[in-house]
Amino acid sequence: MSEEVLQQASPGLIPGSGTARAAKPTRLSPSFISWLQAGPMMLVFLAFFLIPLAFVVIVSFWDYNEYQLLPHFSGRGYTDTFEGCLAQLPELCTIGKTYLKTLKLCFLVWAITLFIGFWVAYFLAFHVKSKTWQMGLSLLCTIPFWTSNVIRMIAWIPLLGRNGLVNSGLMKMGLINHPVEWLLFSEFSVVLALVHLFTFFMVVPIFNSMVRIDKSLIEAAYDAGASGFQTLVNVIIPLSKPGIVIGSIFVITIVMGDFITIGVMGGQQIAAAGKIIETRVNALQFPAAAANAVILLVITFLIITMMSRIVDIKKEL
Amino acid sequence: MTETTRKTGVSRRTLLKGTAGLAGLAAGSGAITGFPYVKSADAKVLRYLGTAVNEGDDIAKQCLKDTGIKIEYITATTDDVTKRVMTQPNSFDVLDTEYFSLKKIVPSGNILALDAKKIKQFDNITPVFTKGETPGGKKIGGQGTAPWKVLYLEGKDSKKFATSATEFVTLIPTVYNADTLGIRPDLIKRPISSWSELLNPEFKGKASILNIPSIGIMDAAMVVEASGKYKYADKGNMTKEEIDLTMKVMTEAKKAGQFRAFWKDFNESVNLMASGETVIQSMWSPAVTKVRSMGIACTFQPLKEGYRSWASGFCVSKGVSGAKLEWAYEFVNWFLSGYAGAYLNRQGYYSAVLSTAKAHMEPYEWAYWMEGKPAEKDIKAPDGSLLEKAGAVRDGGSYEDRMGGVACWNAVMDENDYMVRKWNEFIAA
Repeated sequence: MSEEVLQQASPGLIPGSGTARAAKPTRLSPSFISWLQAGPMMLVFLAFFLIPLAFVVIVSFWDYNEYQLLPHFSGRGYTDTFEGCLAQLPELCTIGKTYLKTLKLCFLVWAITLFIGFWVAYFLAFHVKSKTWQMGLSLLCTIPFWTSNVIRMIAWIPLLGRNGLVNSGLMKMGLINHPVEWLLFSEFSVVLALVHLFTFFMVVPIFNSMVRIDKSLIEAAYDAGASGFQTLVNVIIPLSKPGIVIGSIFVITIVMGDFITIGVMGGQQIAAAGKIIETRVNALQFPAAAANAVILLVITFLIITMMSRIVDIKKEL
Repeated sequence: MTETTRKTGVSRRTLLKGTAGLAGLAAGSGAITGFPYVKSADAKVLRYLGTAVNEGDDIAKQCLKDTGIKIEYITATTDDVTKRVMTQPNSFDVLDTEYFSLKKIVPSGNILALDAKKIKQFDNITPVFTKGETPGGKKIGGQGTAPWKVLYLEGKDSKKFATSATEFVTLIPTVYNADTLGIRPDLIKRPISSWSELLNPEFKGKASILNIPSIGIMDAAMVVEASGKYKYADKGNMTKEEIDLTMKVMTEAKKAGQFRAFWKDFNESVNLMASGETVIQSMWSPAVTKVRSMGIACTFQPLKEGYRSWASGFCVSKGVSGAKLEWAYEFVNWFLSGYAGAYLNRQGYYSAVLSTAKAHMEPYEWAYWMEGKPAEKDIKAPDGSLLEKAGAVRDGGSYEDRMGGVACWNAVMDENDYMVRKWNEFIAA
């Protein structure tokens, strides 16, 4: 496709296409064609992302009362959010605690999904030889996505509960005398459910990077006397980096904004950045909710910027 | 020429990549909601916005049969109903909402008060709403947003609540109930008689409270007052200091591991109780019934400090006029004429006009649900499923005892904004 585009845009560029030039004279300038091609996506992006985002930022600086937005400048959404942050030092204020908890959950989920996702992708890319099996097995990974993520999440509850399958199984085996309480409505269950839901988002991009690694590079490493571990660290991981970063971006952005999984699996007792926004919206305090959304966006953006500092995705793709 | 092509090529690709990445971010950051509204071609159609409480299919079917009005339900949670009234007042015709949300809805000017003179049964509406007392004359606790405080407006387009009866009614009452704690008697194995038991260390890790700030705070206040820690002037309208104090008590309990989970919707509360995750928690009457219909012992425990009550009713969107407004009156009049009231009573709620509902119920049903007498025959739900075997007595007893025992009402406080912030702090603690 790209070659075709190039040909149309500047026929002289590709050797042997000089004859085409005579037959089909260029009428539109190449840059115009480029803009035309990017245009539809850009418009969608503008209408459904940038403009709404601009509204969120604007509303976050409005004032509000019980029943309406007051469209004059006010930093109340922000000052309320950071209420008590200075007074309570050295103890953390609500927003500080909430973000610390969200980041902790996010880090755990990221590390575990990366570990599992990497090895699943590794298995698919290097151990499964036939293309058909590769295809078949990766499709198998998508089966859980045939049901909604709410159902996949709720399915854990009867398993992990006080009288759930895991607890009754352990008790029957005589391993424990009392049901284990931390299995459900705890950080453990939140992380478990999030890992279950989102590992696939790691598998796909990493797998995609791995299958594009030239097999002769691995053979070369082997010929040069590298051990399996050395090949992994020096050849495969560096070449899978774009996949790792893209997968990480997926997982981190989803987990940072999540409030449903954290709510249900954490028994509504665990704070999350998304949860604050939800409570504010429900109380019709839209500017405060918008301010929190802006804060969340900035923090998520910082994390992603840091990650793309480590790997230049644009260059790698 | 070559140079330009390369440049634009790169920038176009960069643009596409950037967009795709950010679109992914957008998709991840929030669920996409909202359905296109399909307008029906039927002549008499009313769009009915409310919570699931009143929205029975049988009610809509019967209404169509009796009046020819087709009801299209728009179901949302309590908070979302209010949100919708504020932001999309033209997306519904009839509104079914709780009285406490009036403090937000009425000043917005998005709803139309109904004319009491056009409501046939208005004079037969239970005095719970009009006078704050039971038909038997018991005074009902008025802390919080009690319906009689916000029932009337000063004028047709007024945004002020009238202190005495006028003909402009904010919400025509439909349904209400008295809520208390639900318990698992089989697991607790001793009598429970006070709200303070919710924080009793005996139930550490087995208690729950609801995570809807304007209702949860009232349950919390009942607990704080019952444990003798503080006596509020008005639980439903706390000062900042009182909010701090209430949340401090709850936060300490949370940190000590008192709560197994908080719940947000009906089914969550049923699951917590039915699975034995909790043995004592804030609960709603039909949720208790549901747990019991699963064959699990569950009691809607009357407590000595009284009940926390709620009530809802009908009004119409400000955009409704002409023939549609007439249908709205016709519908509200039909709703109060008995069928719907009996339907609600059979679910364990209470209907606003008792006399018409009674005419639509069997005497043994009325005796069980309203008079607190032992059931003469098996008690069945509106869908025909068995709720209670013959001989059972309703928790809390009769209408007089339950409504007469109400201590406070769900509320929107003057310090609502502060309260919501403190509630977030409680969740984050």
